[in-house]
Amino acid sequence: MLNVNHLTVSYRSVQALRDVSFAIQPGRLTGIIGPNGAGKSTLLKAMLGLVAVDQGQVNYSQQALLQQLRQVAYVPQRSQIDWTYPATVWDVVMMGRIRKSGWFRRFSSVSRQVAAAALDRVGMTAFRDRPIGQLSGGQQQRVFLARALAEEADIFCLDEPLTGIDQKTEAVIFEILHELADQGKTVIVVNHDLGEAITHFDDLVLLNRELIAYGPRQLVLQPDNMHRAYGGMVDFFSAIAA
Amino acid sequence: MLQLLLEPLQYDFMQRSLLVAVVVGILCAVVGSYLMVQRLALLGDAISHSVMPGLAIAFATSANIFIGAFVSGVLSAVLIAAIRTRSPIKEDTAMGIVSSAFFALGITLITVIQKDNKVDLTHFLFGNILGVSWDDVTNTLVIAAIVVLVTVLLFKELQFYTFDPAGAQAAGLPVNLLNFGLMILIALTIVASLKVVGVILVLALLVTPGATAYLLVTRLHQMMILGAGISLIASISGIYLSYYYDLPSGPAVVMVAAAFFILSFLFSPRHGLLTHPQAIAAPSPLWQEVKGVLARFKGQ
Repeated sequence: MLNVNHLTVSYRSVQALRDVSFAIQPGRLTGIIGPNGAGKSTLLKAMLGLVAVDQGQVNYSQQALLQQLRQVAYVPQRSQIDWTYPATVWDVVMMGRIRKSGWFRRFSSVSRQVAAAALDRVGMTAFRDRPIGQLSGGQQQRVFLARALAEEADIFCLDEPLTGIDQKTEAVIFEILHELADQGKTVIVVNHDLGEAITHFDDLVLLNRELIAYGPRQLVLQPDNMHRAYGGMVDFFSAIAA
Repeated sequence: MLQLLLEPLQYDFMQRSLLVAVVVGILCAVVGSYLMVQRLALLGDAISHSVMPGLAIAFATSANIFIGAFVSGVLSAVLIAAIRTRSPIKEDTAMGIVSSAFFALGITLITVIQKDNKVDLTHFLFGNILGVSWDDVTNTLVIAAIVVLVTVLLFKELQFYTFDPAGAQAAGLPVNLLNFGLMILIALTIVASLKVVGVILVLALLVTPGATAYLLVTRLHQMMILGAGISLIASISGIYLSYYYDLPSGPAVVMVAAAFFILSFLFSPRHGLLTHPQAIAAPSPLWQEVKGVLARFKGQ
């Protein structure tokens, strides 16, 4: 169980998240949703120590998550990455094996096998030696998912993995995320889009600078919750909740 | 031909300068690759200008000028980071403020001590490779050995950090320590390079060979190795050119490196201007707008 307790984050003087508390169950695919600027990515980053927290704690199995980052595989937003960096697909996937390898060590043959299997799982083996700058958005996202798989983590955190990708990639991503959840992993996905993809999630965390609701998808997607999060533009979404 | 290559080597000072130029060239190419992929080329420029006060103070107090320059360079990097994180001022502006202030202080100090010491400002600015002593050679070799060793040992962590700092941090890597370590490597490299090219032209050795290689290969370690090779050739040919044509040696090395970059820019199989003619055929957006403005004038 991953517990977020009273998390408050500010950027300079502006409060981005106020007193957010919820719990995420392992074995369930959890989506973090909310309108633009609701603080979804900020929440994920704050949980992982990537932005400073004013107050609050994040615990995994009753211990601070920040002490257990080796258990975490994080996939940043594609837009945060410099895709002109001189690296091949293989180089990026192998980055997922760095913590397992340890300082000053070369990659072991086990690491190579794990990385190769991860690359195969996302269907990108043929692109192994391709420079990352020559990939489509969906392919880039699959490479990052392969890197996360190579980390053999317990907690998977993906920041907007569904933005700007093709149908095939979306299908591959959800197939793998469901598989991870079925293995009892904790899987957290920041999701910008409220389209059909939302039905893939078991649980949702609904945010708008503060927590609106969390829990099973159908309960969170109630019209009054959506109205509080999104204001007037919710009629469209209530159909999905049904 | 062989005679042409061997003749300068009979002089002790030419042996020393070639050795130092080659070592520094390789070192700069390797460390400069990290600067380039992090888009921190200007930080290299800022640190190199900022070593001036340290050089001057070390000179005036007869301390080791390598140490003086190193302390000064690291201090500037720390100040730049402090301004960037503790105020809304962006990194490039912070670099401009700190490096110009340090540079001004350095020039002032050197002008003051010039009265009592025999120092030449131009040697600091543009290097004085012919004045390299065997002590300098030893210092440079020690620094180079340290930097290359650290780069090799920390290669995968530094690669992860420079590619995806957030991902590296989320994986639990000590990213602030890695970043500071990188700054130290850069400062050490710049200090080792001062005798060869001086404060002003260090940047060329840091970024030009790496950028030349970047257009030709696809992976970071390939970029470092090829960059080091290009740098090696540029250093040797630059020194020979300077010997035979009586040119200043630092600028000669830099111009050869720049010539290599131009070749790579024009003929790189994947990115070359001439090997991908469609890039030329595409109309320049600036020219389009200029034409639009001219057409409007004609219309009136």
